[in-house]
Amino acid sequence: MIVAANTVQFDSIALDNGTTLGQVEVAYETYGELNAAKTNAIMVLHAFSGDAHAAGISAETGKPGWWDNMIGPGKAFDTNKYFVICSNVLGGCRGTTGPSSLNPATGCPYAMSFPVITIGDMVRLQKMLVDSFGIPRLLSVSGGSMGGMQALEWAAAYPESVVSAIPVATTTRHSAQQIAFNEVGRQAIMADPDWAEGNYYDKQPPGRGLAVARMVGHITYMSDDSMREKFGRRLRGKENFSFGFDVDFEVESYLRYRGSQFVYRFDANSYLYITKAMDYFDLTNGHGTLAAALEKTQARFLVISFSSDWLYPSYQSQELVRALRSRNRDVAYVELQSNYGHDSFLVDVVEQTDLVRGFLASTFEKAQ
Amino acid sequence: MKSGFVRELLGRSDYAIIGEIVEPQTKVLDLGCGEGELLEWLASNKGVDARGVEISGAKVQKAIARGVSVFQCDIDEGLADYPDQAFDYVILSQTLQETRHPRKVLREMLRVGRKAIVAFPNFGHWRMRMSMLFSGGAPRTSLFPYEWYESPNIHILTVRDFEALAALESLVVERRYFLAGHRKVEWQPNLTAEVAVFLVRRG
Repeated sequence: MIVAANTVQFDSIALDNGTTLGQVEVAYETYGELNAAKTNAIMVLHAFSGDAHAAGISAETGKPGWWDNMIGPGKAFDTNKYFVICSNVLGGCRGTTGPSSLNPATGCPYAMSFPVITIGDMVRLQKMLVDSFGIPRLLSVSGGSMGGMQALEWAAAYPESVVSAIPVATTTRHSAQQIAFNEVGRQAIMADPDWAEGNYYDKQPPGRGLAVARMVGHITYMSDDSMREKFGRRLRGKENFSFGFDVDFEVESYLRYRGSQFVYRFDANSYLYITKAMDYFDLTNGHGTLAAALEKTQARFLVISFSSDWLYPSYQSQELVRALRSRNRDVAYVELQSNYGHDSFLVDVVEQTDLVRGFLASTFEKAQ
Repeated sequence: MKSGFVRELLGRSDYAIIGEIVEPQTKVLDLGCGEGELLEWLASNKGVDARGVEISGAKVQKAIARGVSVFQCDIDEGLADYPDQAFDYVILSQTLQETRHPRKVLREMLRVGRKAIVAFPNFGHWRMRMSMLFSGGAPRTSLFPYEWYESPNIHILTVRDFEALAALESLVVERRYFLAGHRKVEWQPNLTAEVAVFLVRRG
């Protein structure tokens, strides 16, 4: 399945910080066909470093999508049955307007003059995209990690437009630990002299800072078990220690490689803005309690967490499930056993596939 | 109640009774719902809004894959979050004897549900009594096949015991069914019934 990205432009979007952002572009991809009644649309929501390329082989890069093992003909999100949409988030750097985009007012990149955005803003823009298709209700909204936050925001902010939600490996609000790791990433970027207060677009980007931020991120996405299995204490291409600070261990080599590669596909300022949006995310904001925040939801929920995920631990999903239950919402929940840590939702898809397929099929049937 | 044969539902005669009790288009919560077979049947044959609780993750996965809304949780704790009277029926099938606090579970069932359907293996069955009398060891029969040290059945009870608890809790027993294999029995159920199914509500 070869897929090409599309772009749509909107005149403006009102933001949670009280300002309005003009001329916003959204990059998106779609898979499958929208049925005549427009009842089979599913919005898939990407995680922090993802993009609109969720499935198939990109016509541009030749690479598979980030959830290609879950989306496609006969897969969990079966594109023979459903119409799947995925867009790059607001603030991103993969086609949707973000800090690296040109500010139409100045002709220069926004850089740090880009407004601080929220998960709510990202979802508001997605709603505009969905409206542009003339789709009144989404059969499902689904994503892992930050994608799960967006799925929850969708269900809470647009209850009439969401038939079901599948938040995976996520939380209803960022914990101190999650904020802390994001702050380390941001500080690494801002401590890089090349960051230059965000004005690096015509110069050398802050590659060292961004690479360090990504290295920290990768540690949080794995687990002690998965790192022991993957790297152990194995040395990289040598029998003995180098007694220096070059790469000795496999794990060092892996992190350096991942960090250095990230620089080519991600904008450092987007890193700052998107992590901040995650940190601000708190579904209870303005509602007092989580149960009150979920009061208006009408969606059916499938909540999935992973046993080895210490970045978004199961207790956070269980808090969500308990709050939904206290409002007697239709909610299914399971903690899947997996060794891959937070990455499980991208890697360990066999069981997820059965769950999502069955849940979507029964949801689709009931909704007809 | 007439004696007679009970046709199996999904391979179980207590399910057939439960399937008979549950009114169409109601809200049902099944505690210890396993892989969700009964809920799936109730949803497609009685149009009920079916929910379940199950402790085994593997079983929860199968239930969700069937399209049933089940969440992974311990029955002893799992009901606390529900609002009062959220369901028409709360079902506990062959699980009461496995709970740590059966009385509390029964109370919680009737807090979150208008009616409770409790099916349990009757420890007072004559075969059980004979097994105990002649072997002198913890009874083992087809209904209680476990060695005492492996048994999940930590609160074994008889028909008489359940009636006594119902009276103590001032519950109204709306219906009671006693099963021996595929037969409904009525004579001396505490001796002859292998499985009892009670439909109870608060007075």
